[in-house]
Amino acid sequence: MDFLQAVVEPLSYPFMVRALLAAILVGILCPVVGAYMVLKGLSFFGDALAHAILPGIVITFLVGWPLAVGALASALIAVLLIGVISQRSALQEDTAIGIVFAGAFALGVALLSTVSSFAVDLTHILFGDVLGVSSADLWVMLALGVVVLGVVALFYKEFLVLTFDPMLALVLRLPATALRYLLLSMIALTVVTSLQTVGISLVLAMLVTPAATARMLTRRLPAMMAVAAVLGVVANVIGLYISYYWNVASGPMMVLVSTLLFGLVFLFAPGRGMIWRMVQTAAAPS
Amino acid sequence: MLPGQKRSASHHPALHDASLPAVELENVSVRYDQTIALEQITLRLNRGDRVAVVGPNGAGKSTLFHVIAGVVRPTEGQVRIYGSGPGRHICVGYVPQRKVIDWNFPVTVTDVVMMGRVGKMGFLRWPARRDRAAVRAALDEVGMSAFADRQIGELSGGQQQRVFLARVLAQEAELLLMDEPLTGLDMPSQDAILTLLDRIQQQGVTVMVASHDLNQAGEQFPTLLLLNRRLVAFGSPAQVLTTPNLLAAYGGHMHVVHTGDGDVLLADTCCSGGAELSTPSLAHTAAPVVQSVPQETVEGMRPPR
Repeated sequence: MDFLQAVVEPLSYPFMVRALLAAILVGILCPVVGAYMVLKGLSFFGDALAHAILPGIVITFLVGWPLAVGALASALIAVLLIGVISQRSALQEDTAIGIVFAGAFALGVALLSTVSSFAVDLTHILFGDVLGVSSADLWVMLALGVVVLGVVALFYKEFLVLTFDPMLALVLRLPATALRYLLLSMIALTVVTSLQTVGISLVLAMLVTPAATARMLTRRLPAMMAVAAVLGVVANVIGLYISYYWNVASGPMMVLVSTLLFGLVFLFAPGRGMIWRMVQTAAAPS
Repeated sequence: MLPGQKRSASHHPALHDASLPAVELENVSVRYDQTIALEQITLRLNRGDRVAVVGPNGAGKSTLFHVIAGVVRPTEGQVRIYGSGPGRHICVGYVPQRKVIDWNFPVTVTDVVMMGRVGKMGFLRWPARRDRAAVRAALDEVGMSAFADRQIGELSGGQQQRVFLARVLAQEAELLLMDEPLTGLDMPSQDAILTLLDRIQQQGVTVMVASHDLNQAGEQFPTLLLLNRRLVAFGSPAQVLTTPNLLAAYGGHMHVVHTGDGDVLLADTCCSGGAELSTPSLAHTAAPVVQSVPQETVEGMRPPR
């Protein structure tokens, strides 16, 4: 079987075509939003947010509303609670995040356990089910993706100021709090969009890993976002094919490829990689 | 919310009445929980004044700047910038302390200076030709045009300060607040910044610089403001830098030693919270963007308990 055939063959199954489209979409979307998280040190916060949306998702799922509505509501409530706890107590913010994150996640799992197909649903929500993506799912993902990328494009300069120098945002009288909630909402929507592809346990890797890899290769934010999106797509597509041929779970495989790409860049990035630096240190006269 | 366009138009610099004081504080106090950061400050600066704000660590220099910038609301008292409350201006330029900036951030010199234009551009707009022209002119002014495409971490400390001054120029600020701009810079870089401040001041911009170097402040600034939560003294260096004033401001850290050659003033600010100041808490580095204005922005400037 030659290479081309190996690439084309899986696409004779419609579910694989839909999975591939979903993987590409999420591969573009997550790293663009994740770039802000990497730059602002929001990884833990993002992971917490991903888990904290579970109760909202379960409730809207049971009621039959669009999942994005419940996810957004959950996310905003979680963010508000984290803010209130860290400001009105002597606790550090990461402690507040931990409390809210675990509590909300527990609530979500408890709610879900009342549903009969509990085990299957929970696994899908936690780790994704990209092979089960329907055409309707794809359209919803596309719509959410367009909204998120549109907001990032429209508020690019405000988000940049907010991330780089929050004090400047205040001095320029930008509505910093509103912008912050907008950015966090975009993270929440991205998590919802990625739900079926990787699930809430692994979505953090899609948000953060390609963006972190890209950061080591670029010097400007737009370039970082573009490179991160390319890395995200490459990792997801390769991961999907590996999962097809080796019969491995697809979400984790995509994350593993992405992690591998990070490792390669971490070691070998020109100028900034670890090996590069070691060689330079060794070559430099002491 | 007001559309950005309308906001920037209604606070166009031209509307500023130059006959009104650039900065006016009336009985301004700031308290956080139980600690007093500023107490009963009354102050008036005219357009084009150039003032060094001096005082010991924890004297409230940064808090004073935050109050003037409208980022921290005073617990008591009134702040007016050209006659109106600071929250209504986008004319306050500010150069952050070096340690609060992530110098590895993927932005170029041009990107940083363009950020000064964001308030003028308004929402949902991309930089127009005049924004790019303003950025180029500002970079020319500070002599950094040749570095326009460099990532900011690739510059020296003095060059980085000049980039932030260019940002203030691009912002068309009329009041410039700089927090310890000369700390850690070599002498030529310090001179370059001071020369730039001269030029900025000549354009009618009011300049306030926080400094812990009393000698330099006395030599380079016509007006000093000596602060230790209260306003200890305000005036020319000769008026301000007197033994009673310095003792009042530096208190226990200051020792007057009588020697055969006259009085020697020994300053000792080593252990009074300086360590606390230089270690930003993890909570804040991990904080999601701007959580709450007071806590985040006064981070690192809390007076010692």
